[in-house]
Amino acid sequence: MNTLSRSLALVAVTAAGSLVLAGCVARADQAGGDAITVTSTEDSCEISSASAASGTLNFAVTNAGSETTEFYLLASDGLRIVGEVENIAPGASRTLTVLTQPGDYYTLCKPGMIGDGVGRAAFTVTGDSVAVDGEDAELKQQAVDLYAAFVKDQVGQLVPAVDEFVAAYVTGDDETAKQMFPQVRAYYERIEPVAEALGDLDPRIDYREVDAVAEGLDWTGFHRIEKDLWVPASDALNSDGVTLAWQDWEPSTPEQRAEFGDLLIADVQELYDYVHGDEFIDALESQGIAGISNGAIALLDEVATGKISGEEDWWSGTDLYDFAANVEGSKMAFSLVRDFAVSSGPDGEQLVAQIDEGYAQLEAELATFGSLQDGFVSYSTLTDADTRALSDRINALAEPLSQLTVTVLQ
Amino acid sequence: MSEEPASETPRAGLSRRGLLGLALGAGAAGVAVGAGAASAIALTRPDAASVADTHQFYGAHPAGITTDVQDHLHFAAFDVMEGASRQDLVELLQDWSYAAARMMLGLEVSATGAVGGSPEAPPADTGEALGLPASNLTITIGFGPTLFSTAEGVDRFGLASLAPGSLAALPPFLGDDLDPGHTGGDLCVQACADDPQVAVHAVRNLSRIAFGRARLRWSQLGYGRTSRTSAASKTPRNLFGFKDGTANILADDTAALDEHVWVSADDGPTWLAGGSYLVARKIAMKIETWDRVRLAEQERVTGRAKGTGAPLSGGDEFAAPDFAASGAAGLAIDPRSHVSRAHPANNGGIRMLRRGYNYVDGNTALGRLDAGLFFLGYVRSPDRFITVQRSVATDLMMEYVTTVGSGIWAVPPAPSEGSFVGAGLFS
Repeated sequence: MNTLSRSLALVAVTAAGSLVLAGCVARADQAGGDAITVTSTEDSCEISSASAASGTLNFAVTNAGSETTEFYLLASDGLRIVGEVENIAPGASRTLTVLTQPGDYYTLCKPGMIGDGVGRAAFTVTGDSVAVDGEDAELKQQAVDLYAAFVKDQVGQLVPAVDEFVAAYVTGDDETAKQMFPQVRAYYERIEPVAEALGDLDPRIDYREVDAVAEGLDWTGFHRIEKDLWVPASDALNSDGVTLAWQDWEPSTPEQRAEFGDLLIADVQELYDYVHGDEFIDALESQGIAGISNGAIALLDEVATGKISGEEDWWSGTDLYDFAANVEGSKMAFSLVRDFAVSSGPDGEQLVAQIDEGYAQLEAELATFGSLQDGFVSYSTLTDADTRALSDRINALAEPLSQLTVTVLQ
Repeated sequence: MSEEPASETPRAGLSRRGLLGLALGAGAAGVAVGAGAASAIALTRPDAASVADTHQFYGAHPAGITTDVQDHLHFAAFDVMEGASRQDLVELLQDWSYAAARMMLGLEVSATGAVGGSPEAPPADTGEALGLPASNLTITIGFGPTLFSTAEGVDRFGLASLAPGSLAALPPFLGDDLDPGHTGGDLCVQACADDPQVAVHAVRNLSRIAFGRARLRWSQLGYGRTSRTSAASKTPRNLFGFKDGTANILADDTAALDEHVWVSADDGPTWLAGGSYLVARKIAMKIETWDRVRLAEQERVTGRAKGTGAPLSGGDEFAAPDFAASGAAGLAIDPRSHVSRAHPANNGGIRMLRRGYNYVDGNTALGRLDAGLFFLGYVRSPDRFITVQRSVATDLMMEYVTTVGSGIWAVPPAPSEGSFVGAGLFS
């Protein structure tokens, strides 16, 4: 299908970008000279030097005491933590790597983990402010450009797909429309946070009936059409579990179908115009790679809150398609900032390994229920154990993923 | 018995994986210096140093067994996730131990905690215990039979040969109506504190740390301790309105603890010496039915006076029951009363250390209180519990209770400073 080949092409572009990244961003290597050594005992915190030149500093902390200890680099107010390394067992060593700017600091150790600490000493960082790396900035711009291209591509495919879907719906070719419904939505679900940032656009395109009623809005969009295609039984309940499906609702007349179809086409066109305009690019650029990273997190939150509960596609039961598309979009955004996380140091590498594994395991779990290409089983066929297994995998991925933004900003 | 805990390989308590989630915030704070955007934060919780209400996670015997019973409980059972490796399990136990040690001191789960990390990262600590004292929090971690070998006999972590021979799922007892959703678990966490928020905070953060490695299987909140482990405490009452735990083993009775609670080096396995076995039983009470029973019958069923807690054979609360004494009609204490069936004198001298809690989980579909006793008992070997349970399973009280949840776990000795719970299993 067209979707996949074009997405793959984008990923290939990303991969090329990765090679460049891996070659020139290695911040851990920027540290000049040897590590500053720190020895923590019950009542002292010996440091090998009371000053250093600005840049990345490595404090190699050895615990010569009998209790678990911590080492802190504090700002000049003596309170704010600039960097810390904790849980250093008796006899063990750990290294604090921290990017420092010129100024006055304090160092101290905290054996036993509580109290004010011991060996508080002044520490001075001399030299020039550390500038943001020029190449780094260029690569970040490249990631933002790639993400913009991805969003435009998805919306670019959404527009003709919606045209075709609406045509089937309006002409009463319900079988074709039903087959297309989850596939068309996938383009939207991959980039959902972009539309959600646009105020009233997402409510018009993607609100469920209970949401529209709760907010007093006219109910339009995908889910209005969904209910016409999967007409509920006379005693069925809406997704709130209380309201009768047929309360204040009737299947649309051909005229209403034309109206709802045209509205969806117009709303999707508005989304297209937005992502091809300056406003979108400005918004993306102002957020930088943090925006991309937060997009990856937001898409997984969509899965954790809406899709896993089966509330999204109440009448069609096609929730797993949305689920898969959210995960694909999340993974795409992650892939663009992945190398920034790796280059932040060993912790970043470890985080990325966890996230990679998290996506792989979630995808494997999801694959037991189908695929976007070949179709998924209806949400209604999932057992409690099935949704629990998916939910466990979402938790396993979402927890490290929630640390992605702060890591890529390092 | 030996007072020595099982030998352990000292190793860092926090795995690389745990370090990530907990420490990233600090690194970012370092970056924020350049941006001049970091906010000032306090280095420690001001009340963290109040030693009076803290307990040590490290030491010899695990905390939370003889510890003076706190007012509130949050108990949780976990299953190790499918596909998790032995290394994942070790790292989880390291991360749990470190976080538990900190929380028991009244600290947050990491140095950056709830508000000291980067504004761009979710806080490492969930924050609902900020400003609260340690509240005597104890965190006790146990290993269930399925950790060593699954129900299908699979040895997932290379631990099967180290399993205590007696550690197995409890046999069925009369009166059991077990809900799989409240039964068993590879691991358990017993968090007790005088403030329920502190106990919940502990389980919530340990669950979060476990994501991807272990998943919450079931959990239970309890309140109003129904046992005491110190002579200074008054004997509390359970939801039947009777004093519970009068004859419990007290913390200062080391001879009784050694005889009935602590696993000795001779008992084996070595890694468990100084630890114990925990049995948890969720015992639903037929509250409304019980409340319609006349007082004399309630007392006959229990074997004690409802007001004073004294045995029906006479004396005060702490008088030894005299099972041969006569009353108005036959024996003063009915041989099928709970006190008779549970008493050491009628169970080959077996005693256990109980620290159960009341629970109320709202109501049932029939409009009855969904309430009862969450029994927690510590024994030196599982067969001791089984003997007593078989005895009480046909006592008069069983008409008013149903056991709906159950589990057994081996609780290893407390780790030495810097090590982790169960390290002796992996050395």
